[in-house]
Amino acid sequence: MTLVDISGNLLFFAFVCYLVATLLFGGAVKGSKTEESASEKRWGKLGITVTILGFISNLGYFVTRWIAAGHAPVSNLFEFTTAFGMMIVGAFILIYFIYKTPFLGLFALPVAIIIIAYASMFPRELNPLIPALKSYWLTVHVITAALGESILAISAVAGLIYLLKHVDITKRTKQRFWLEAVMFTLVLVLGFVASSTTFSFMDYEASFSYVDKEEKPQEITYDTPALFGMNQYEALSPNAMVPLAEMPPIVNAKKLSTVTWALIFGTVLYGLIRLISRKSISALLQPLVKKANSTLMDEIGYRAVLIGFPVFTLGALIFAMIWAQEAWSRFWGWDPKEVWALITWLFYAAFLHLRLSRGWHGEKSAWLAVIGFIIIMFNLIAVNLIIAGLHSYA
Amino acid sequence: MDNIICVCGHENPKGTILCGNCGRPLTDEAEKQKLLDMRYEGSARRSQTYNKSMIDKVWNFFSSVKIGVSLIVIILVAAAIGTILPQVLYVPATTETDIAAYYERVYGTFGEIYYKLGLSDLYGSWWFQTLIGMLGISLIVASLDRVIPLYKSLKKQRTRRHESFMKRQRLFGKGQNTLGDSSLLKSEEKLKELRYNVKVENGALLAEKGRFSRWGPYVNHAGLIIFLFGVMLRALPGFYVDETLWIREGETRAIPETPGFYLESKEFILETYDKSQADEVFGEAIERVGTIASNYQTDVILYQKPEDALPGDTKNLKQIKEESIQVNKPLKFEGFAVYQMDFRLDELRSMQFSLINKETEEPLGDLSIDLVNPEKTYKVGEDSTVELLGYYPDFSGFEDGEPQTKSPLPNNPAFLVKMITPQTPKGETSFVAIKQTLEPLGENEYKLAFQNVETRDVSGLTIRKDKTLWILALGGLLFMIGVVQGAYFNHRRIWIHETTDGQLAVAAHTNKNWFALKKELDQVSEIAQLPAYEDQQELETEVDKKDGEKSS
Repeated sequence: MTLVDISGNLLFFAFVCYLVATLLFGGAVKGSKTEESASEKRWGKLGITVTILGFISNLGYFVTRWIAAGHAPVSNLFEFTTAFGMMIVGAFILIYFIYKTPFLGLFALPVAIIIIAYASMFPRELNPLIPALKSYWLTVHVITAALGESILAISAVAGLIYLLKHVDITKRTKQRFWLEAVMFTLVLVLGFVASSTTFSFMDYEASFSYVDKEEKPQEITYDTPALFGMNQYEALSPNAMVPLAEMPPIVNAKKLSTVTWALIFGTVLYGLIRLISRKSISALLQPLVKKANSTLMDEIGYRAVLIGFPVFTLGALIFAMIWAQEAWSRFWGWDPKEVWALITWLFYAAFLHLRLSRGWHGEKSAWLAVIGFIIIMFNLIAVNLIIAGLHSYA
Repeated sequence: MDNIICVCGHENPKGTILCGNCGRPLTDEAEKQKLLDMRYEGSARRSQTYNKSMIDKVWNFFSSVKIGVSLIVIILVAAAIGTILPQVLYVPATTETDIAAYYERVYGTFGEIYYKLGLSDLYGSWWFQTLIGMLGISLIVASLDRVIPLYKSLKKQRTRRHESFMKRQRLFGKGQNTLGDSSLLKSEEKLKELRYNVKVENGALLAEKGRFSRWGPYVNHAGLIIFLFGVMLRALPGFYVDETLWIREGETRAIPETPGFYLESKEFILETYDKSQADEVFGEAIERVGTIASNYQTDVILYQKPEDALPGDTKNLKQIKEESIQVNKPLKFEGFAVYQMDFRLDELRSMQFSLINKETEEPLGDLSIDLVNPEKTYKVGEDSTVELLGYYPDFSGFEDGEPQTKSPLPNNPAFLVKMITPQTPKGETSFVAIKQTLEPLGENEYKLAFQNVETRDVSGLTIRKDKTLWILALGGLLFMIGVVQGAYFNHRRIWIHETTDGQLAVAAHTNKNWFALKKELDQVSEIAQLPAYEDQQELETEVDKKDGEKSS
C-alpha cells in the first residue's frame, strides 16, 4: 500500500467516524429528559470520543498526503474543501470543550460530512504545483483562511439550531420559508454527490466538439449526460445523449449540465424525504433541538464569529495580500476570489456592528450567521466554478 | 451652565446618561429601563448631544453606526456586482473601442449594458471610491465620538455606585450579609487570585480586569484608517511605480523609472513536469491535464551606471548582482522589485538568406539580417551588396502599394531590398517576405533565398516600487492587534457593597462572554458567601416568552 492509499483510507475512516458520532450525539439529545441528565453526558462523551478519533484519522490523511505530495494538501478544490471540512470538525471539538453541548455536534458533523462528500466529487489525484503556487505562503495563507472560515461556519451551525428552535413552523411565514430553503440547499449538495457518484459509477463519458467565445474550435468531454450542448456542438462519441438545448458561447454547458443533474437528483431526494415523512425537513429536525439552550446557542454563534473573524482577516486578507505582492507584484487586484473574501469580511464586520451597537441578538443574529456561511460557500463553490479568475486552479 | 448636577453632587457634561460618579440614571428614559444600556458607560457623546449647526449634522451623520453599516452593505453589494463579468483589467483588449467591442461580442447585450454603465471598471469608478472615502470618514468620526467619552468615564470610576445603578445591571443580587466584614475581604482575596484589579473603599468593592479590551475596536479602526491613508498616498507621484519591461535573451535594457539600473537577460527558462520523471505520485494528474508548467524563470544580471556617466552611455556598467527571477521570487534592489510575469517563446531574432542566381541557382554568398537592429547594407560574397530599402517587422499587407506593418515586433518580417551584383550593377529591387517574393520593378536575375531563422525567448517583467507598503503593513498590524484585543479579551467588572440597611449587594458587567463572567462570580460567591445573583436578561426573555404564549 502506498502512502497515497493509506491517506485515502484514513480519510474514509474519518468520514465513517463522523457519521457514527452524529448518531451518538443524536442519542445524547434524544435520550435526555432534562438538559443535563446522566444519559446525555454518557452519549455525549461517547460522541465526542468518536469525533476525536475521526479527527485524528482525518489529520492522518492530511499529514500523509502532505508527505506524499511534498506540499501542503490545499492546492486544488478537492484538497481545500476536504481541509475545510476537517477544520470545521476541529473548530467544533474546540467549542465543544468550552460549552459541552451535544446539539452542536448533531448539526456540525453533518455539515462537515456533506462538505467532505462534496469535496470528493472533484479529481482526487495528487497534482504538482504550478509556478504561481510554489511558495510557503500557499501553506500559510490557505490553511489560515480555511481555519477562519471553519470557525465562522460553527457560528452558522449554532445559528441554524437557534432558528430551528425558534422559527414557528406551524404558521406560513417568511422565516419558515427561508429556513426550509436552507435545508433544501443542503439536500441539493447531497443531490450533487448522488448524481456525480451515479454517473461516475456508470463510467459515463461523451465528447463533443464546439466553438468557444474566441471563435476557436475546441473539444470537451462530459462526465454526465449532456442536457445542454456547447456553442455549435457536434457529438464525437457515438452513443452520446443529444443535448436538449444549445447554449451561447459564454455559457459552459458541461458545468450547466452537471449543475442541472444535481438539481434534479436533489429535488427528487427532497421530494422523497417529504413524501415519506409527510413533514418539511425543518419540522423533522425541530424535535431534536427542543431542549437546546437558546441563550447558549446565541452566545456560541457570537463567540464563534469573534474567534473566527480575526483568523479569517489574517488568513484570507493579510496573508493573501502579502503573498499577492510577492507573486503577482500587487497586494490587491480585484480578482473575483479576492473580492469575495473582502465581501465575506465586510459582511462579518457588519454582523459585529449590528450585534454590538444595534443589539441584533437572537434570531436576527442567527440569520446573519447563516447568511455568512452561505457567502463563504458561494466563494468556495460558485466563484471557483462559475466566475473564472486567477484562483481557478481546479 | 449646561452641566447636569447629579443628586450625589457630581457635575456631568450635558448629554450624560449615567452619572460619571455614582452611576445614577440621569435621564427619564434611563430611569425607566429595567437594565441599563452600558455602552460607552452612559457618557455624553457629541453626536447625541448637539444637533444644531451644519457641522453637528455632518458629525452626527458620520458617527452613526447605522450609516456605517449601510455604507458597508452598499460597498459589499457593489463589489459583488463587479464580479459578474471580468473587469477591464482582465480583458484581452487595450483600446476603448476594442474593450467595448469585446464586451458586446462575448457577453452580448448584457455585456454591452454592463460596459456602458461603467460596471466593467467598477472599482476604479468615482462613486465606488467615494463610498470607500465615506466609510473612511465614518470610521474616524464614529471612533472619536465614542472613544473620548468612554476613556474619560472609565478613567474616573468610583468604587461605590448607587443602588439604582447596581440593580439595573444584568447580573444583580442582594441579600443577607452572612459573613459580616470578612465577606468583602474574602471576595477581594479571591478576585485578586482571579487576576482582577481590586479597589476597596468604605464598605464598597470594585473589581475590574481586561479594560484594555475596550480599546480594541478603536485600535483596529485606527489601523484601517492608516491602511486607507496608505492606499490614498499611492496616487501621489514618487510613491508608486508600475512598469512593464519586455526583454529578449541577450539584450541589456534600462529598467524604467529606476536611477540608472540596467538589466541583462541571459536566458529565459520554461520547465514542465516530465511525466516519466515526476514519480508515480503525479503521473495521474499529468495524464489528465496534459502538460503542467513547473517553472518560469529569467536569468538576469543587474547593472548600475556609474554616477558620472553621461545619459545614454552604457559602457562601464557596474555589475551589481546575478540572479534568477522566478514566479514568487522577484529580484529586489533599492526598494524596487522585478517580477517574472509573462513570456513569449521563440521570437524571430535573425533571418539568414543566400543571394542566388535564379536560373543557375548558383549562390553568390550569404547574409544574416538582425530583425531588431537591421543594418542598411550587407556585403555579400566578394563583390555583391544587398541594400535594405525598407523593413516591415510585422508585415500585414499592402495599402496603396505601400507595404504596412502592424507592430514593431518581428512576428512576420518583410524586406524591400536592392541587390547589386557584378552582373546587375544598377541593382534589382525585390520584396521579400516569408513564403513570398515579389518583383515590383520587373523580372530579376537574382533573388534572396531563405535559408534559416534564429529565434530567442522574450521575458515579460514587471517593475514595481511601492513606498506605501510599510504604511499598509503598519495599518494591517494595528488592525490585527485591535481585533485580537477586542475579540479575545473581555472587560469584566464586579461591584460588591454593603447597603445602608446592612445587606450586601452584588452586580457584575462584561462587554461580552457572560458565560465566563458568571463562572468567575460563582467562584467568588462560594468563598465569600455573597447573595445569589440573577441574570436579569434571561429572566426578561423568559417573561417575554410566557407573555407570548398567553397571547397566542
